[in-house]
Amino acid sequence: MDERIEELKNSDEYKQLIAIRSKAKWSLALLMLVVYYGFVLVIAFKPEIFAIKIGDGHTSLGIAVGFGVILFSFLITGVYVQKANKVLEPLTEKLHEKAGDLV
Amino acid sequence: MSADVNITAITMFSIFVLMTLFITYWAAKKMTDTKSFYSAGGNITGFQNGLAIAGDYMSAASFLGISGLVFAVGFDGLIYSIGFLVGWPIVLLLIAEPLRNLGKFTFADVACYRLQQKPTRILAACGTLGTVALYLIAQMVGAGKLIEILFGLDYMYAVLIVGVLMMVYVTFGGMIATTWVQIIKACLLLFGATILAVLVLVHFDFNMELLFGAAIEKHANGEIIMAPGGLVSDPISAISLGLALMFGTAGLPHILMRFFTVPDAKQAHKSVFYATGFIGYFYILTFIIGFGAIAFLLGNPDFLDGEGKLIGGNNMAAIQLSEALGGDLMLGFISAVAFATILAVVSGLTLAGASAISHDLYANVFAGGKLDEKKELRISRYATIGLGIAAIVLGIVFEQQNVAFMVGLAFAIAASSNFPILFLSMYWKKLTTRGAVVGGSAGLLTAVILVIIGPIVWVDVFGNDTPIFPYKYPALFSMTVAFVGVWLFSITDKSETAKEERAKFEAQYFRSQTGIGAEKSSKH
Repeated sequence: MDERIEELKNSDEYKQLIAIRSKAKWSLALLMLVVYYGFVLVIAFKPEIFAIKIGDGHTSLGIAVGFGVILFSFLITGVYVQKANKVLEPLTEKLHEKAGDLV
Repeated sequence: MSADVNITAITMFSIFVLMTLFITYWAAKKMTDTKSFYSAGGNITGFQNGLAIAGDYMSAASFLGISGLVFAVGFDGLIYSIGFLVGWPIVLLLIAEPLRNLGKFTFADVACYRLQQKPTRILAACGTLGTVALYLIAQMVGAGKLIEILFGLDYMYAVLIVGVLMMVYVTFGGMIATTWVQIIKACLLLFGATILAVLVLVHFDFNMELLFGAAIEKHANGEIIMAPGGLVSDPISAISLGLALMFGTAGLPHILMRFFTVPDAKQAHKSVFYATGFIGYFYILTFIIGFGAIAFLLGNPDFLDGEGKLIGGNNMAAIQLSEALGGDLMLGFISAVAFATILAVVSGLTLAGASAISHDLYANVFAGGKLDEKKELRISRYATIGLGIAAIVLGIVFEQQNVAFMVGLAFAIAASSNFPILFLSMYWKKLTTRGAVVGGSAGLLTAVILVIIGPIVWVDVFGNDTPIFPYKYPALFSMTVAFVGVWLFSITDKSETAKEERAKFEAQYFRSQTGIGAEKSSKH
């Protein structure tokens, strides 16, 4: 059984799966951290930036950016799920087929 | 608002209770093994689980608390909701799939894939029970007070009703009933909050500018409500709070448990996508509701006391607004939804706590993994009843106490003990049992101690003049202690077991990435 897992580990599908997924995961996670901590650091160090009004109205930059961060979080999950369904799942399925009764 | 008995609220709430009891009856027939009790047999779809996760997360604290915070301070309320939301992409990217692929019922299963059972399970159970207990007390006290105001029921009866109903759901219906109660409540809450937000916006032609303008005019702070105020004043607090909210989410045991209710990793990532959408939408609604409350309640003597403060406190903003805009019917509906929310959230918490007792402590530590399934199922039911009684007693004991710090501390513990252990066991090969236990316990203790000697407990609860530790939020320090502790005590671990644990990493990583060998759903 271990031999068959070794074989799967050395397969192109597995290597591809790990490479694509790791890249997608860590880069999206990093992006999320940068956006969120960017938001937090502005509040911590330069809160007056977020008081600036957009146009002539009442809406402040802080509220626009805040809504933007909410939307961005959802988009990040959407991008990953899209990638997973299109690229990662087919690779996983191939591996499962190869694994046969090991699954 | 008076403490008169509200007939609409009671009727609607009774309908909800009848429906959920019927579901529990239906689910009880399926409670034949531990798998259906802990994880609903792994047969929940990604969409359903997304709603259930959103339901677990959209507690009364976040509905009433955040809309109340926006009502009180405006923009600063948004800082909290964003912090609560940004944990979700992190859960999706780093935790969801490996968690589903490696675990069975609790997050301790994942850590124990290669670490030693006993010490790791005991630590994970401490982290779980600590988080659950704090969250549960906060919810019970909040529930008692809320129901006292909304339904005109005595505090003690309110706590008893919540406690008993929750015990019935979990004991008889396990995860199946808990999940469906959560799904129904999530739909009701999203529906109710949407109506309330629409009732606000319709007065302003759906133009946010006009709503903001009206709010600025009414609020004593004027323009300041549109920008960061004093809620998070120094950089250390801002970063520390951010860390606790973001990584605490990834360590909440009742949320992590939900990933075992879906059939595979694909459904696990789907659930987070839906959950993030629902939660994000919900927070935008609470923001509109908070601003609506400023625009409609301030300056209206019907809702304010002699000093111009909101009757019942700021947390009643959403409830008061529903009466102002939709009369008795809307008030009754929103009150019933708030009650249902508390009930569903305490059920999920109790189930997570019961699993830590029966699955982690009893079956795997005390009985060494050799317990038969029937017995484990029985133990988990006793544990549920035990926790239910404890929740009722603690709810009554803490009635007059300030419990505001408890949810914050629960997040801090989750971020400083549960999250580091889970995350490092999945991704860091050199982790050993010694490192996990020393670092995880150190993180947990640091979080608890810093909150006790910090401003929230040392000054606000104990009544001292100055805090020993100056910051409200401990996560920056306690997470650092945890990660450094785990790292140091792992790399210096030269024992035989450490070698074995590292050797098992390859196989674990393969399974976490492919799902080959993962726990499957049961066929019904």
